[in-house]
Amino acid sequence: MTAVIEAGTYTAEEMMVVAAARRLRDGVTCFVGIGAPSRAANLARRTHAPGVVLIYESGTIGAKPQHLPLSIGDGELAETADAVVSVPEIFAYWLQGGRIDVGFLGAAQIDRYGNLNSTVIGDYEHPAVRLPGGGGAPEIAASCHETFVLLSQSRRTFVERLDFRSTVGFGDGIGSRELLGFSGSGVTAVITDLGVLEPDASTCELVLTSLHPGVDADTVRAQTGWRLRVSDTLLEGAPPTQAELSALRSFRTMENGA
Amino acid sequence: MAELLTLADAVASFVEDGQTIALEGFTHLIPNAAGHEIVRQGRRDLTLVRMTPDIVYDQMIGAGCARKLIFSWGGNPGVGSLHRFRDAVEHDWPAPIELEEHSHAGMAAAYAAGAANLPFAVLRGYRGTDLESRTRVARIDCPFTGERLSAVPSIRPDVGIVHAQKADERGNVQLWGITGVQKEVVLASARSIVTVEEIVPELEARPGAVVLPGWAITAVALAPGGAHPSYAHGYYERDNAFYVEWDAISRDRDLFRAWMQEHVYETADIA
Repeated sequence: MTAVIEAGTYTAEEMMVVAAARRLRDGVTCFVGIGAPSRAANLARRTHAPGVVLIYESGTIGAKPQHLPLSIGDGELAETADAVVSVPEIFAYWLQGGRIDVGFLGAAQIDRYGNLNSTVIGDYEHPAVRLPGGGGAPEIAASCHETFVLLSQSRRTFVERLDFRSTVGFGDGIGSRELLGFSGSGVTAVITDLGVLEPDASTCELVLTSLHPGVDADTVRAQTGWRLRVSDTLLEGAPPTQAELSALRSFRTMENGA
Repeated sequence: MAELLTLADAVASFVEDGQTIALEGFTHLIPNAAGHEIVRQGRRDLTLVRMTPDIVYDQMIGAGCARKLIFSWGGNPGVGSLHRFRDAVEHDWPAPIELEEHSHAGMAAAYAAGAANLPFAVLRGYRGTDLESRTRVARIDCPFTGERLSAVPSIRPDVGIVHAQKADERGNVQLWGITGVQKEVVLASARSIVTVEEIVPELEARPGAVVLPGWAITAVALAPGGAHPSYAHGYYERDNAFYVEWDAISRDRDLFRAWMQEHVYETADIA
């Protein structure tokens, strides 16, 4: 964590969370993963999207937390929710039922087709690092109408080949999701600390479509483990506004005070 | 009708070496005191089941209670890794642990199928993942539409253990807030133990609460504070600081053993 952030400056991680929050339209229903996705979803609700419906896998629907939750099952999520349902119900009726617009996920690794690893680094039987596992992510990405992924970009995280495919984005490319019987349009945006990647309409391969201010495409290529394609119409995102930064930093203060 | 027992008697009566045991709680109402009692009584070769194994399973694995873990997300929520779990998987310490890994949706469906006395659950999931070939799932075709789906074997623990806010003197149990898979694990299990914050003469109706009739539960044990460091809605808050502290304690085998000695082996009935 940067010790001092001067007014008008911001970290790459803050830019990532702000860029992700901006993708969330007001009024959508959003299935939120913990960590950076939860910061982004709560930032959206505090800024441009007050009507976003936050859904956590603990069964809290329409949670409106004042504090940023530390876990997906904090008591404040239940207290502020429109409804609290059981865990089998949230996955069966609400998620698999096709009622959720956006899934918001993180991961340890991603490949060019937006598939995610959150299970192991190394071999499954003898892993170098045992990660927590898929949790809710596999079915979130299978059943939400679209999925956003937040992930710091490096050759360690953006890999040619996943150590383990925990969650299907576009599988082996165009047509994979349909063959697997998954509804929804898959991973429609990968928001990183450098820019935004979106799937190519004809191949589903992730393509760099937007850069954060001050980042160039070569830097992003250098931090990607596959030959990254860059869109012909590469955009540059706007820096965080003061309102976005102060809302985001107020979460930090609360997290540190927790 | 549920027997009202002490936690020590309930564990001694119903939890045996080699059984399949599920201590459930989705962030809320995690039966930590019951887990500690199982450690104190030295149970071994357990197959532990839980969607979200966290600190209490880290402790049980580190203490050598577990032979196998059936789970869908094993971490320290909001903090990071479970280091005792990782040490068991990565270095076989204190013993090798067999994993049966699922997704949350798969495990939730498997508990519901267990409660419904069905052999398996059906869902859209697993397909296209590397987990499909590593775990107990099978492809199944819908007999009506031909749609290809995934079947997950139902979860039927020997003993299901949950924590709840209240019971009455007849063993009826009431819990509220985030209710997770509490109802499903009690009804899916051959026997069940429910630890509670308090036992009252009569339960009052409470909107949104889950009520488990005493005749559907094997034993109820009083364990105030028994969910700590998780929380009991309406009683106490989540001890977030302890989740952070556990990261440092659990990283080191000696620190872990010393903590367990002081706080579990030499401390009765305190979570």
